[in-house]
Amino acid sequence: MAGRESKKSFTGEGLACRRGERQVFKDVAFALAPGDALLLGGPNGSGKTSLLRLMAGLAQPEDGAIAWNGDAIADDPAAHRARLHYIGHQDAVKPALTAEENLAFWAGMRGANSGAADALRRFRLDARATWPARYLSAGERKRLGLARLMASPATLWLLDEPTTSLDAEATEILLTAIADHRRAGGCVAVATHAPLPLPGAQTLSLADHVTGRQG
Amino acid sequence: MSGFAALLTRDLRLAFRQGGDVANVVAFFALAVILFPFGVGPDPDLLARIAAGVLWVTALLAALLSLERLFDADFQDGSLEALSLMPVPLEIQVLAKCVAHWLTTGLPLTIIAPLLALVLHFDAAGYPALIAALLLGTPVLSLIGAIGAALTLGARRAGVLLSLLVLPLYIPVLIFGVAASEAAALGLESRPHLLLLAALLAGSLALAPWAAAAALRQALE
Repeated sequence: MAGRESKKSFTGEGLACRRGERQVFKDVAFALAPGDALLLGGPNGSGKTSLLRLMAGLAQPEDGAIAWNGDAIADDPAAHRARLHYIGHQDAVKPALTAEENLAFWAGMRGANSGAADALRRFRLDARATWPARYLSAGERKRLGLARLMASPATLWLLDEPTTSLDAEATEILLTAIADHRRAGGCVAVATHAPLPLPGAQTLSLADHVTGRQG
Repeated sequence: MSGFAALLTRDLRLAFRQGGDVANVVAFFALAVILFPFGVGPDPDLLARIAAGVLWVTALLAALLSLERLFDADFQDGSLEALSLMPVPLEIQVLAKCVAHWLTTGLPLTIIAPLLALVLHFDAAGYPALIAALLLGTPVLSLIGAIGAALTLGARRAGVLLSLLVLPLYIPVLIFGVAASEAAALGLESRPHLLLLAALLAGSLALAPWAAAAALRQALE
């Protein structure tokens, strides 16, 4: 198994997930090589977020294993956390802090003390840098959340519905950022309803894996 | 270590920007203490006798008041989930949040406690021990409180549950804190009590971040 998957850096095998009494999905597998993108599709409740949370190590799969370069991520969660960016539904933006302070904080937590200003510029937030985040619109807050991707480096990006409340321009910025990231050898997994034009991306529809049975 | 400093700075900055929280805790402490002379009468001897107990019990309740928001805001806006995915261990982050909590509640309480002790006719000889005991005891309140705050995260009526969980655990701090302050006021040795408080602080410093971090991971799963 390890030999066949040796080119792939991020792999999952036979994954099953249970939320409470409900089995969300089972027998899900993925394999991403450096530069690969994975689009997670499926209707509401099919487990896109659950799968991303498993990939991030926020939850443990009921069955199956996720590995990075052949080593289970559960064996060294600290190393896995250091290599990933997870942008969830919520923006994790503090209304009382300015946009720049919010971003600099998240970058600082990952040991990157520069890069916040540049990331704000890339997401066209430099004019808002000194505004308290409470004055930002929903789309701007989302952009501020996504700017974390640029403010500190990480190999693996896990994005949950990243285009929600983004305008066309911001979506374009995000797609460019993802393309640059992939060119640099990074992996990205995106859960999305709206079709995202990611060239050469693998798709995984969780609708095919929904068990929908109780117990 | 840079993650510790970043989180501590952020929490302090948030506390100062939303200054109401700190002011509320201090105002609650002052008002609750000032109620006692009205409640039990202005007899200086009686007030002096209960002063240490009153100060400690109200300080404990004031600290409890502020605990609910220790992790809750971060939990609600998704920051906690993001924090748990940072390379900095969650235990270190919990410690940073406890330090920030102490700097914005325990320390202000310790600073105004001597003023309120004056209102209660607390014996002048007891002040150094009172301040020392508060300096050692209030960080324990933040640390033990963090376990309770993490365990009740996301629960309905978390505030009430938190009090039920945390107040019994505060009893040792209360006993030795009051004993140290009273012993000094009566001219006795307060050192053993202070040493026991220091032991409680050392113990909770070592254990509470781990317990709270485990509870947080549970809440996030």
